[in-house]
Amino acid sequence: MSRTLLIAEHDGKQLNPSTAKALTGALAVGHPVDIAVFAADAGPVAEQAASLEGADKVLKVERAENEHPLAATLAPQIEALAADYSHVFMPSTTFGKDVMPRAAALLGSPQVSDIMEVLDAHSFKRPIYANNVIVTVKAPSDTVVTGTIRTASFKDAPAGGQAEITDKSLDVELPGHSRFVELEVHKSDRPDLQSAQRVVSGGRGVGNKENFEIIYRIADKLGAGVGASRAAVDAGFVPNDMQVGQTGKIVAPELYMCFGISGAIQHVTGIKDAGTIVAVNKDPDAPIFEIADIGLVGDLFEIIPELEEKLG
Amino acid sequence: MKILVPIKRTIDYNIKAKVTRDGSGVVTDGVKMSINPFDEIALEEAIRIKERGEAEEIIAVSIGVSGAQQQLRTALAMGADRAILVETEEATQPLHAARILLKIREEEGTDLVLMGKQAIDDDANQTGQMLAALWGRPQATFTSKLTFEDGWLKATREVDAGLETIAVELPAVVTTDLRLNEPRFVKMPDIMKAKRKPLDQRKLEELGVEAPAKLEVGTHEPPPERKGGHKVESVDELVAELKERGVLS
Repeated sequence: MSRTLLIAEHDGKQLNPSTAKALTGALAVGHPVDIAVFAADAGPVAEQAASLEGADKVLKVERAENEHPLAATLAPQIEALAADYSHVFMPSTTFGKDVMPRAAALLGSPQVSDIMEVLDAHSFKRPIYANNVIVTVKAPSDTVVTGTIRTASFKDAPAGGQAEITDKSLDVELPGHSRFVELEVHKSDRPDLQSAQRVVSGGRGVGNKENFEIIYRIADKLGAGVGASRAAVDAGFVPNDMQVGQTGKIVAPELYMCFGISGAIQHVTGIKDAGTIVAVNKDPDAPIFEIADIGLVGDLFEIIPELEEKLG
Repeated sequence: MKILVPIKRTIDYNIKAKVTRDGSGVVTDGVKMSINPFDEIALEEAIRIKERGEAEEIIAVSIGVSGAQQQLRTALAMGADRAILVETEEATQPLHAARILLKIREEEGTDLVLMGKQAIDDDANQTGQMLAALWGRPQATFTSKLTFEDGWLKATREVDAGLETIAVELPAVVTTDLRLNEPRFVKMPDIMKAKRKPLDQRKLEELGVEAPAKLEVGTHEPPPERKGGHKVESVDELVAELKERGVLS
Protein backbone atom coordinates (compact mmCIF):
# COMPACT_ATOMS: atom_id res chain seq x y z
CA MET A 1 0.00 0.00 0.00
CA SER A 2 1.73 3.11 -1.25
CA ARG A 3 -0.59 6.01 -0.74
CA THR A 4 -0.15 9.42 0.88
CA LEU A 5 -2.58 11.30 3.11
CA LEU A 6 -2.31 15.06 3.47
CA ILE A 7 -4.30 16.84 6.19
CA ALA A 8 -5.77 20.11 4.92
CA GLU A 9 -5.36 23.29 6.92
CA HIS A 10 -8.32 25.69 6.87
CA ASP A 11 -10.36 28.07 9.00
CA GLY A 12 -13.74 26.44 8.32
CA LYS A 13 -14.34 28.46 5.16
CA GLN A 14 -11.08 28.87 3.30
CA LEU A 15 -8.36 26.39 2.55
CA ASN A 16 -5.09 27.75 3.92
CA PRO A 17 -2.42 28.32 1.21
CA SER A 18 -0.07 26.03 3.18
CA THR A 19 -2.11 23.06 1.91
CA ALA A 20 -1.28 23.73 -1.76
CA LYS A 21 2.42 23.98 -0.95
CA ALA A 22 2.38 20.86 1.23
CA LEU A 23 0.61 19.01 -1.60
CA THR A 24 3.58 19.67 -3.89
CA GLY A 25 5.89 18.24 -1.22
CA ALA A 26 3.59 15.25 -0.65
CA LEU A 27 3.44 14.49 -4.39
CA ALA A 28 7.26 14.41 -4.53
CA VAL A 29 7.10 11.08 -2.68
CA GLY A 30 5.64 9.64 -5.87
CA HIS A 31 2.42 8.04 -4.59
CA PRO A 32 -1.20 9.12 -5.09
CA VAL A 33 -2.15 11.81 -2.57
CA ASP A 34 -5.54 12.10 -0.86
CA ILE A 35 -6.44 15.24 1.09
CA ALA A 36 -8.47 14.93 4.29
CA VAL A 37 -10.63 17.86 5.43
CA PHE A 38 -11.63 17.67 9.10
CA ALA A 39 -14.45 20.12 9.79
CA ALA A 40 -17.98 20.49 11.14
CA ASP A 41 -19.07 21.37 7.60
CA ALA A 42 -16.29 20.45 5.20
CA GLY A 43 -18.15 21.31 1.99
CA PRO A 44 -16.59 24.59 0.82
CA VAL A 45 -13.05 23.67 1.87
CA ALA A 46 -13.31 20.23 0.24
CA GLU A 47 -14.29 21.89 -3.06
CA GLN A 48 -11.21 24.11 -2.87
CA ALA A 49 -8.96 21.15 -2.03
CA ALA A 50 -10.45 19.14 -4.91
CA SER A 51 -9.46 21.87 -7.35
CA LEU A 52 -5.76 21.48 -6.54
CA GLU A 53 -3.97 19.69 -9.34
CA GLY A 54 -2.49 16.39 -8.25
CA ALA A 55 -4.94 15.56 -5.48
CA ASP A 56 -6.42 12.11 -6.05
CA LYS A 57 -9.35 12.07 -3.66
CA VAL A 58 -10.66 14.51 -1.07
CA LEU A 59 -12.07 12.98 2.10
CA LYS A 60 -14.57 14.95 4.14
CA VAL A 61 -14.46 13.98 7.80
CA GLU A 62 -17.37 15.86 9.31
CA ARG A 63 -18.36 15.95 12.96
CA ALA A 64 -19.24 18.68 15.44
CA GLU A 65 -15.97 18.25 17.36
CA ASN A 66 -14.04 19.20 14.22
CA GLU A 67 -15.30 22.77 14.22
CA HIS A 68 -12.02 23.92 15.79
CA PRO A 69 -8.70 22.22 15.12
CA LEU A 70 -7.70 20.77 18.49
CA ALA A 71 -4.79 18.33 18.49
CA ALA A 72 -6.40 16.13 21.14
CA THR A 73 -9.46 15.47 18.97
CA LEU A 74 -7.82 15.44 15.54
CA ALA A 75 -4.94 13.09 16.36
CA PRO A 76 -7.04 9.97 17.10
CA GLN A 77 -9.04 10.53 13.89
CA ILE A 78 -5.83 10.88 11.86
CA GLU A 79 -4.56 7.71 13.52
CA ALA A 80 -7.70 5.84 12.38
CA LEU A 81 -7.53 7.23 8.86
CA ALA A 82 -3.80 6.41 8.56
CA ALA A 83 -4.57 2.68 8.44
CA ASP A 84 -5.04 3.00 4.66
CA TYR A 85 -1.85 4.96 4.02
CA SER A 86 1.92 4.57 3.88
CA HIS A 87 2.58 8.30 4.42
CA VAL A 88 0.78 11.00 6.41
CA PHE A 89 1.77 14.65 6.08
CA MET A 90 0.73 18.03 7.38
CA PRO A 91 2.07 21.48 6.53
CA SER A 92 4.78 22.71 8.90
CA THR A 93 2.64 25.56 10.22
CA THR A 94 1.57 26.00 13.84
CA PHE A 95 -1.43 23.78 12.94
CA GLY A 96 0.70 20.91 11.62
CA LYS A 97 3.35 21.33 14.31
CA ASP A 98 0.69 20.99 17.00
CA VAL A 99 -1.27 18.06 15.59
CA MET A 100 1.17 15.87 13.60
CA PRO A 101 3.45 14.77 16.48
CA ARG A 102 0.40 13.78 18.54
CA ALA A 103 -0.86 11.59 15.71
CA ALA A 104 2.66 10.28 15.00
CA ALA A 105 3.05 9.16 18.62
CA LEU A 106 -0.28 7.30 18.48
CA LEU A 107 0.96 5.60 15.31
CA GLY A 108 4.37 4.78 16.84
CA SER A 109 6.01 6.66 14.00
CA PRO A 110 9.15 8.77 14.38
CA GLN A 111 8.09 12.00 12.69
CA VAL A 112 10.19 13.89 10.15
CA SER A 113 9.72 17.60 10.93
CA ASP A 114 10.11 20.42 8.37
CA ILE A 115 10.73 18.35 5.25
CA MET A 116 12.51 20.65 2.79
CA GLU A 117 13.40 18.05 0.16
CA VAL A 118 12.11 14.58 -0.67
CA LEU A 119 14.98 12.30 -1.77
CA ASP A 120 12.92 9.10 -2.03
CA ALA A 121 9.84 7.64 -0.35
CA HIS A 122 11.68 7.32 2.98
CA SER A 123 14.58 9.79 2.78
CA PHE A 124 14.24 13.48 3.41
CA LYS A 125 16.31 16.57 4.01
CA ARG A 126 15.41 18.85 6.90
CA PRO A 127 16.96 21.88 8.58
CA ILE A 128 18.28 21.72 12.15
CA TYR A 129 20.15 24.19 14.40
CA ALA A 130 18.06 27.14 13.19
CA ASN A 131 18.74 26.29 9.54
CA ASN A 132 22.50 26.34 10.03
CA VAL A 133 22.71 22.64 9.26
CA ILE A 134 20.79 20.43 6.83
CA VAL A 135 20.49 16.78 7.77
CA THR A 136 19.38 13.79 5.72
CA VAL A 137 17.14 11.37 7.62
CA LYS A 138 15.65 8.04 6.67
CA ALA A 139 12.31 6.94 8.08
CA PRO A 140 11.86 3.23 8.89
CA SER A 141 10.00 1.20 6.25
CA ASP A 142 8.00 -0.91 8.71
CA THR A 143 5.87 1.93 10.10
CA VAL A 144 3.79 4.64 8.48
CA VAL A 145 5.91 7.68 7.55
CA THR A 146 4.75 10.88 9.27
CA GLY A 147 6.06 14.35 8.58
CA THR A 148 5.47 18.06 8.37
CA ILE A 149 6.29 19.82 5.12
CA ARG A 150 8.18 23.10 5.20
CA THR A 151 5.94 25.30 3.05
CA ALA A 152 8.69 27.78 2.05
CA SER A 153 10.50 24.93 0.26
CA PHE A 154 7.67 24.03 -2.14
CA LYS A 155 5.63 25.91 -4.73
CA ASP A 156 1.83 25.95 -4.70
CA ALA A 157 0.17 23.04 -6.44
CA PRO A 158 -1.69 24.78 -9.27
CA ALA A 159 -5.46 24.95 -9.57
CA GLY A 160 -7.25 23.00 -12.27
CA GLY A 161 -7.70 19.64 -10.57
CA GLN A 162 -10.99 17.79 -10.25
CA ALA A 163 -10.51 15.33 -7.44
CA GLU A 164 -13.41 13.17 -6.36
CA ILE A 165 -14.93 14.24 -3.01
CA THR A 166 -16.12 11.49 -0.68
CA ASP A 167 -17.51 11.37 2.83
CA LYS A 168 -15.57 9.43 5.40
CA SER A 169 -16.98 8.55 8.78
CA LEU A 170 -14.62 7.39 11.47
CA ASP A 171 -15.73 5.43 14.49
CA VAL A 172 -13.42 7.05 16.99
CA GLU A 173 -14.18 8.12 20.53
CA LEU A 174 -12.93 11.63 21.21
CA PRO A 175 -11.76 13.01 24.56
CA GLY A 176 -13.56 15.94 26.23
CA HIS A 177 -10.54 17.28 28.09
CA SER A 178 -9.64 20.00 25.56
CA ARG A 179 -11.83 22.94 24.58
CA PHE A 180 -11.48 25.78 22.16
CA VAL A 181 -12.16 29.14 23.84
CA GLU A 182 -11.38 31.86 21.30
CA LEU A 183 -9.19 32.93 18.44
CA GLU A 184 -8.02 36.50 18.36
CA VAL A 185 -7.30 37.19 14.72
CA HIS A 186 -5.48 40.29 13.71
CA LYS A 187 -7.72 41.34 10.83
CA SER A 188 -5.97 42.42 7.70
CA ASP A 189 -6.91 42.79 4.06
CA ARG A 190 -3.28 42.52 3.06
CA PRO A 191 -1.89 39.40 1.39
CA ASP A 192 -1.10 36.44 3.62
CA LEU A 193 2.56 36.53 4.66
CA GLN A 194 3.35 32.94 3.81
CA SER A 195 1.92 33.05 0.29
CA ALA A 196 2.46 36.70 -0.71
CA GLN A 197 4.65 37.39 -3.74
CA ARG A 198 5.93 40.52 -2.03
CA VAL A 199 6.60 41.10 1.65
CA VAL A 200 7.63 44.32 3.42
CA SER A 201 8.94 44.08 7.00
CA GLY A 202 9.83 46.55 9.71
CA GLY A 203 12.12 46.14 12.69
CA ARG A 204 13.22 47.89 15.82
CA GLY A 205 14.42 50.81 13.69
CA VAL A 206 10.82 51.74 12.97
CA GLY A 207 10.75 53.06 16.53
CA ASN A 208 7.17 52.61 17.70
CA LYS A 209 3.68 51.36 16.90
CA GLU A 210 2.53 54.63 15.32
CA ASN A 211 5.55 54.80 13.02
CA PHE A 212 4.73 51.34 11.68
CA GLU A 213 2.06 53.07 9.59
CA ILE A 214 4.78 53.98 7.11
CA ILE A 215 5.56 50.27 6.62
CA TYR A 216 1.87 49.50 5.95
CA ARG A 217 1.75 52.37 3.47
CA ILE A 218 4.67 51.21 1.34
CA ALA A 219 3.38 47.62 1.57
CA ASP A 220 -0.02 48.69 0.21
CA LYS A 221 1.68 50.57 -2.57
CA LEU A 222 3.46 47.34 -3.53
CA GLY A 223 0.50 45.05 -2.83
CA ALA A 224 2.70 43.32 -0.28
CA GLY A 225 2.12 41.36 2.90
CA VAL A 226 3.54 42.94 6.06
CA GLY A 227 5.97 41.28 8.43
CA ALA A 228 8.15 42.29 11.36
CA SER A 229 11.24 41.21 13.24
CA ARG A 230 11.02 39.59 16.64
CA ALA A 231 12.36 42.81 18.18
CA ALA A 232 9.42 44.76 16.73
CA VAL A 233 6.91 42.20 18.02
CA ASP A 234 8.52 42.01 21.47
CA ALA A 235 8.45 45.82 21.66
CA GLY A 236 4.71 45.73 20.95
CA PHE A 237 4.80 47.58 17.60
CA VAL A 238 2.79 44.81 15.91
CA PRO A 239 1.01 41.55 16.86
CA ASN A 240 2.78 38.18 17.06
CA ASP A 241 1.28 36.78 13.86
CA MET A 242 3.42 39.20 11.86
CA GLN A 243 6.73 37.85 13.13
CA VAL A 244 9.07 36.60 10.42
CA GLY A 245 11.94 34.38 11.47
CA GLN A 246 12.97 31.10 13.01
CA THR A 247 10.29 31.23 15.71
CA GLY A 248 7.77 33.13 13.59
CA LYS A 249 6.85 32.61 9.97
CA ILE A 250 9.17 31.40 7.25
CA VAL A 251 8.45 33.40 4.09
CA ALA A 252 9.45 32.87 0.48
CA PRO A 253 8.21 35.83 -1.58
CA GLU A 254 9.68 36.98 -4.90
CA LEU A 255 10.56 40.29 -3.28
CA TYR A 256 11.36 40.85 0.39
CA MET A 257 12.04 44.41 1.54
CA CYS A 258 13.03 45.09 5.12
CA PHE A 259 13.36 48.41 6.86
CA GLY A 260 15.16 49.03 10.13
CA ILE A 261 15.95 45.35 10.64
CA SER A 262 19.52 44.62 11.73
CA GLY A 263 19.52 41.02 10.51
CA ALA A 264 19.71 38.82 13.60
CA ILE A 265 20.27 35.18 12.63
CA GLN A 266 16.79 34.29 13.87
CA HIS A 267 15.25 36.73 11.37
CA VAL A 268 17.52 35.80 8.47
CA THR A 269 16.51 32.16 8.90
CA GLY A 270 12.95 33.13 8.02
CA ILE A 271 13.76 34.92 4.76
CA LYS A 272 16.49 32.83 3.12
CA ASP A 273 14.05 31.39 0.59
CA ALA A 274 13.04 34.81 -0.75
CA GLY A 275 13.85 35.69 -4.37
CA THR A 276 15.27 39.18 -4.01
CA ILE A 277 16.06 40.63 -0.58
CA VAL A 278 16.26 44.41 -0.23
CA ALA A 279 17.51 45.92 3.03
CA VAL A 280 17.30 49.52 4.16
CA ASN A 281 19.12 50.36 7.38
CA LYS A 282 20.95 53.41 8.65
CA ASP A 283 23.81 51.34 10.06
CA PRO A 284 26.15 50.48 7.14
CA ASP A 285 27.57 47.58 9.17
CA ALA A 286 24.22 45.93 9.95
CA PRO A 287 24.50 42.15 9.36
CA ILE A 288 21.40 42.24 7.13
CA PHE A 289 23.61 43.71 4.37
CA GLU A 290 25.65 40.49 4.33
CA ILE A 291 22.73 38.55 2.92
CA ALA A 292 20.67 41.25 1.15
CA ASP A 293 20.82 41.24 -2.64
CA ILE A 294 20.40 45.00 -2.69
CA GLY A 295 21.27 47.22 0.27
CA LEU A 296 20.61 50.89 0.79
CA VAL A 297 22.12 52.74 3.74
CA GLY A 298 19.91 55.51 5.03
CA ASP A 299 17.00 56.66 7.17
CA LEU A 300 13.88 54.66 6.41
CA PHE A 301 11.72 57.72 7.17
CA GLU A 302 13.36 59.53 4.26
CA ILE A 303 13.75 56.58 1.93
CA ILE A 304 10.19 55.22 2.12
CA PRO A 305 8.47 58.50 1.09
CA GLU A 306 10.90 58.86 -1.78
CA LEU A 307 10.30 55.27 -2.79
CA GLU A 308 6.53 55.79 -2.70
CA GLU A 309 6.92 58.76 -4.98
CA LYS A 310 9.16 56.94 -7.45
CA LEU A 311 6.82 53.99 -7.59
CA GLY A 312 4.19 56.39 -8.88
CA MET B 1 0.34 20.37 42.20
CA LYS B 2 3.75 19.00 41.25
CA ILE B 3 5.38 20.21 38.04
CA LEU B 4 7.82 18.25 35.91
CA VAL B 5 10.13 20.37 33.75
CA PRO B 6 12.19 18.52 31.14
CA ILE B 7 15.52 20.23 30.48
CA LYS B 8 17.63 19.56 27.39
CA ARG B 9 21.34 20.28 27.21
CA THR B 10 22.00 21.97 23.88
CA ILE B 11 24.71 24.02 22.22
CA ASP B 12 24.39 27.57 23.57
CA TYR B 13 22.02 29.63 21.45
CA ASN B 14 24.69 32.27 20.79
CA ILE B 15 26.89 29.75 19.02
CA LYS B 16 26.46 28.99 15.34
CA ALA B 17 26.52 25.22 14.83
CA LYS B 18 29.17 23.92 12.45
CA VAL B 19 29.14 20.62 10.59
CA THR B 20 32.02 18.24 11.41
CA ARG B 21 34.54 17.54 8.65
CA ASP B 22 33.12 14.07 7.94
CA GLY B 23 29.51 15.31 7.94
CA SER B 24 28.52 12.90 10.70
CA GLY B 25 27.22 15.60 13.01
CA VAL B 26 28.00 19.03 14.39
CA VAL B 27 31.07 20.18 16.29
CA THR B 28 30.53 20.00 20.06
CA ASP B 29 34.13 19.73 21.33
CA GLY B 30 34.97 22.78 23.39
CA VAL B 31 31.59 24.35 22.55
CA LYS B 32 29.59 26.03 25.33
CA MET B 33 26.54 24.00 26.34
CA SER B 34 23.45 25.50 27.98
CA ILE B 35 19.84 24.80 28.88
CA ASN B 36 17.68 24.84 25.75
CA PRO B 37 16.23 28.40 25.90
CA PHE B 38 12.61 27.25 25.53
CA ASP B 39 13.08 24.89 28.51
CA GLU B 40 14.49 27.76 30.53
CA ILE B 41 11.26 29.66 29.87
CA ALA B 42 9.27 26.58 30.96
CA LEU B 43 11.27 26.37 34.19
CA GLU B 44 10.81 30.10 34.85
CA GLU B 45 7.05 29.68 34.42
CA ALA B 46 7.02 26.71 36.81
CA ILE B 47 8.89 28.78 39.39
CA ARG B 48 6.39 31.64 39.04
CA ILE B 49 3.48 29.22 39.44
CA LYS B 50 5.09 27.90 42.62
CA GLU B 51 5.79 31.42 43.88
CA ARG B 52 2.09 32.23 43.40
CA GLY B 53 1.32 29.27 45.65
CA GLU B 54 -0.26 27.18 42.88
CA ALA B 55 2.38 24.41 42.95
CA GLU B 56 4.32 22.71 45.73
CA GLU B 57 7.24 21.13 43.97
CA ILE B 58 9.24 21.48 40.76
CA ILE B 59 11.20 18.53 39.45
CA ALA B 60 13.67 19.11 36.62
CA VAL B 61 14.51 16.10 34.46
CA SER B 62 17.09 15.71 31.74
CA ILE B 63 17.88 12.85 29.39
CA GLY B 64 21.44 12.80 28.18
CA VAL B 65 25.14 12.57 28.88
CA SER B 66 26.61 12.82 32.37
CA GLY B 67 27.57 16.42 31.58
CA ALA B 68 23.87 17.38 31.63
CA GLN B 69 24.25 17.50 35.43
CA GLN B 70 25.63 20.96 34.82
CA GLN B 71 22.37 22.16 33.24
CA LEU B 72 20.36 20.49 35.99
CA ARG B 73 22.46 22.31 38.63
CA THR B 74 21.60 25.55 36.85
CA ALA B 75 17.92 24.55 36.92
CA LEU B 76 18.22 23.89 40.66
CA ALA B 77 19.88 27.26 41.14
CA MET B 78 17.05 28.94 39.26
CA GLY B 79 14.51 27.36 41.59
CA ALA B 80 13.76 23.70 40.81
CA ASP B 81 13.47 21.68 44.05
CA ARG B 82 15.18 18.53 42.82
CA ALA B 83 16.48 17.00 39.64
CA ILE B 84 16.70 13.68 37.83
CA LEU B 85 19.22 12.80 35.15
CA VAL B 86 18.37 9.85 32.93
CA GLU B 87 21.83 9.04 31.71
CA THR B 88 22.52 7.86 28.17
CA GLU B 89 25.27 8.45 25.61
CA GLU B 90 22.79 8.05 22.78
CA ALA B 91 21.11 11.08 21.17
CA THR B 92 17.50 10.45 22.13
CA GLN B 93 14.89 11.15 19.45
CA PRO B 94 11.53 12.76 20.37
CA LEU B 95 9.39 9.59 20.43
CA HIS B 96 11.92 7.87 22.68
CA ALA B 97 12.24 10.96 24.89
CA ALA B 98 8.43 11.07 25.20
CA ARG B 99 8.38 7.46 26.41
CA ILE B 100 11.11 8.15 28.97
CA LEU B 101 9.35 11.28 30.22
CA LEU B 102 6.09 9.34 30.46
CA LYS B 103 7.83 6.83 32.73
CA ILE B 104 9.33 9.54 34.95
CA ARG B 105 5.99 11.32 35.13
CA GLU B 106 4.30 8.12 36.25
CA GLU B 107 6.88 7.58 38.96
CA GLU B 108 6.63 11.16 40.20
CA GLY B 109 2.88 11.58 39.79
CA THR B 110 3.15 15.14 38.46
CA ASP B 111 -0.04 16.86 37.22
CA LEU B 112 1.67 19.28 34.91
CA VAL B 113 4.57 18.81 32.52
CA LEU B 114 5.86 22.19 31.44
CA MET B 115 8.45 22.12 28.66
CA GLY B 116 9.96 24.03 25.75
CA LYS B 117 8.10 23.85 22.44
CA GLN B 118 11.26 22.71 20.71
CA ALA B 119 14.95 22.18 21.31
CA ILE B 120 17.26 24.46 19.37
CA ASP B 121 19.45 21.56 18.25
CA ASP B 122 17.14 19.19 16.34
CA ASP B 123 14.31 21.78 16.06
CA ALA B 124 11.86 18.86 16.00
CA ASN B 125 9.00 20.43 17.99
CA GLN B 126 7.53 17.01 18.83
CA THR B 127 8.34 15.74 22.32
CA GLY B 128 5.64 17.58 24.30
CA GLN B 129 2.89 16.61 21.86
CA MET B 130 4.10 13.00 21.79
CA LEU B 131 4.22 12.80 25.57
CA ALA B 132 0.65 14.13 25.78
CA ALA B 133 -0.49 11.54 23.21
CA LEU B 134 1.14 8.57 24.95
CA TRP B 135 -0.17 9.79 28.31
CA GLY B 136 -3.68 10.27 26.86
CA ARG B 137 -3.85 13.78 28.29
CA PRO B 138 -4.36 17.22 26.73
CA GLN B 139 -1.67 19.45 25.31
CA ALA B 140 -1.37 23.22 25.08
CA THR B 141 1.50 24.01 22.74
CA PHE B 142 3.30 27.30 21.91
CA THR B 143 1.88 28.96 25.03
CA SER B 144 2.43 32.66 25.69
CA LYS B 145 0.04 33.01 28.65
CA LEU B 146 -1.02 30.48 31.26
CA THR B 147 -3.60 30.57 34.08
CA PHE B 148 -5.24 27.92 36.28
CA GLU B 149 -8.83 27.56 37.42
CA ASP B 150 -10.74 24.68 39.05
CA GLY B 151 -8.55 21.85 37.80
CA TRP B 152 -8.36 23.31 34.29
CA LEU B 153 -5.75 25.48 32.70
CA LYS B 154 -6.27 28.20 30.18
CA ALA B 155 -3.51 28.72 27.66
CA THR B 156 -3.09 31.46 25.08
CA ARG B 157 -1.22 29.99 22.14
CA GLU B 158 0.81 31.77 19.49
CA VAL B 159 -0.58 30.43 16.22
CA ASP B 160 -0.12 31.60 12.62
CA ALA B 161 -3.56 33.26 12.57
CA GLY B 162 -3.03 35.18 15.82
CA LEU B 163 -3.62 34.23 19.44
CA GLU B 164 -5.71 31.17 20.23
CA THR B 165 -7.00 30.43 23.71
CA ILE B 166 -7.85 26.89 24.73
CA ALA B 167 -8.92 25.37 28.04
CA VAL B 168 -7.62 21.94 29.00
CA GLU B 169 -8.26 19.75 31.99
CA LEU B 170 -5.35 18.82 34.25
CA PRO B 171 -3.21 16.73 34.19
CA ALA B 172 -1.73 18.12 30.99
CA VAL B 173 1.36 18.98 28.98
CA VAL B 174 2.14 22.63 28.24
CA THR B 175 4.85 23.70 25.81
CA THR B 176 6.22 27.22 25.95
CA ASP B 177 6.79 29.94 23.39
CA LEU B 178 9.28 32.79 23.70
CA ARG B 179 6.92 35.49 24.92
CA LEU B 180 5.62 33.58 27.95
CA ASN B 181 8.19 35.20 30.25
CA GLU B 182 11.78 36.31 30.62
CA PRO B 183 13.81 33.86 32.68
CA ARG B 184 15.57 35.22 35.77
CA PHE B 185 19.32 35.40 36.17
CA VAL B 186 20.85 32.99 38.60
CA LYS B 187 22.47 34.59 41.65
CA MET B 188 25.66 33.38 43.31
CA PRO B 189 24.08 32.35 46.65
CA ASP B 190 21.51 30.28 44.73
CA ILE B 191 24.30 28.45 42.90
CA MET B 192 25.80 27.55 46.28
CA LYS B 193 22.42 26.41 47.63
CA ALA B 194 21.76 24.36 44.51
CA LYS B 195 24.79 22.19 45.27
CA ARG B 196 22.91 20.78 48.24
CA LYS B 197 19.68 20.06 46.39
CA PRO B 198 19.10 16.42 45.38
CA LEU B 199 20.16 15.29 41.89
CA ASP B 200 19.21 11.70 41.23
CA GLN B 201 21.21 9.91 38.51
CA ARG B 202 19.54 7.02 36.76
CA LYS B 203 20.75 4.83 33.90
CA LEU B 204 18.42 4.76 30.91
CA GLU B 205 18.77 0.95 30.64
CA GLU B 206 17.48 0.55 34.19
CA LEU B 207 14.30 2.49 33.50
CA GLY B 208 12.65 -0.34 31.56
CA VAL B 209 11.55 1.84 28.67
CA GLU B 210 11.39 0.12 25.32
CA ALA B 211 13.08 2.07 22.50
CA PRO B 212 10.65 2.87 19.66
CA ALA B 213 11.26 2.99 15.91
CA LYS B 214 13.63 5.76 15.00
CA LEU B 215 14.90 7.84 12.12
CA GLU B 216 18.24 6.89 10.65
CA VAL B 217 20.33 10.05 10.74
CA GLY B 218 22.59 10.47 7.71
CA THR B 219 24.79 13.21 6.35
CA HIS B 220 24.95 16.68 7.85
CA GLU B 221 25.78 19.56 5.53
CA PRO B 222 25.87 23.33 5.69
CA PRO B 223 22.94 25.04 3.95
CA PRO B 224 23.54 26.59 0.55
CA GLU B 225 25.10 29.98 1.21
CA ARG B 226 23.04 32.97 0.29
CA LYS B 227 25.55 35.38 -1.17
CA GLY B 228 25.12 38.99 -0.24
CA GLY B 229 24.75 41.34 -3.17
CA HIS B 230 25.82 44.93 -3.14
CA LYS B 231 24.74 48.33 -1.91
CA VAL B 232 23.14 51.00 -4.04
CA GLU B 233 23.52 54.71 -3.37
CA SER B 234 20.04 56.02 -4.02
CA VAL B 235 16.35 55.18 -4.27
CA ASP B 236 16.58 55.72 -8.04
CA GLU B 237 19.25 53.07 -8.34
CA LEU B 238 17.21 50.73 -6.14
CA VAL B 239 14.07 51.09 -8.25
CA ALA B 240 16.08 50.70 -11.47
CA GLU B 241 17.65 47.48 -10.27
CA LEU B 242 14.34 46.02 -9.06
CA LYS B 243 12.88 46.70 -12.50
CA GLU B 244 15.89 45.14 -14.16
CA ARG B 245 15.41 42.02 -12.03
CA GLY B 246 11.79 41.93 -13.09
CA VAL B 247 10.38 42.10 -9.55
CA LEU B 248 8.91 45.56 -10.16
CA SER B 249 7.20 46.59 -13.35
